[in-house]
Amino acid sequence: MQVLYFAWVRERIGLAKETLDTQAGTVMELVDELRAREDRYAAAFEDLAALRVAVDQDLVDFDAALNGAREVAFFPPMTGG
Amino acid sequence: MRILVQEQPFDYGAEASDFAAGRHDMGAIVTFTGVVRDVDGGLNAMEIEHYPGMTEKALEKIASEAMERWSLGDALVIHRHGRLEKGEQIMMVATAARHRKDAFEAAEFLMDYLKSRAPFWKKEHTGESAGWVAARDADETALDRW
Repeated sequence: MQVLYFAWVRERIGLAKETLDTQAGTVMELVDELRAREDRYAAAFEDLAALRVAVDQDLVDFDAALNGAREVAFFPPMTGG
Repeated sequence: MRILVQEQPFDYGAEASDFAAGRHDMGAIVTFTGVVRDVDGGLNAMEIEHYPGMTEKALEKIASEAMERWSLGDALVIHRHGRLEKGEQIMMVATAARHRKDAFEAAEFLMDYLKSRAPFWKKEHTGESAGWVAARDADETALDRW
């Protein structure tokens, strides 16, 4: 699975993209897995209210299922326009 | 319907003229453009990051919804990314409808939605620092009226 990070999430983790081998069944399980990896992940995922998530390029909630997802992206609330 | 996500500048006047050309069935064309504005402390540049792939998909979804809801004849969304100087145009939307109320409302809907549902993030570079622009609660509540 490809995991993408944007804006300050990308800066905090120090990566724009990585490939993960995960058994996580939901976004929340994936977040917990990432949090346990290293401090920089724990810091980036500290406050989920400040984050948004997309699965296969659709915005979803953190309790969304990952069944067969190819791409998960984490980012702050969007500021377009 | 036309969606453009690009780094290079666009010609607002030319885009508006092209959009309006040949529309004898549409009585109302509304266009809006967003411009990089200066901030306290002086803005050196605005950097816009986006999520290639999802950006286009999200904009198409928003524009399709507007087309359907207001029976638009056409809709245009252009949004830039990369590094922009103050005064530069960031984005534009245009809507064509039979009557002005639909054209205005659809343009506002497009703006409200692309502000908080299209994956763009702005970073302001001022004198000595750079910071990500925080989303405003008002932008989120603006969606409630639709």
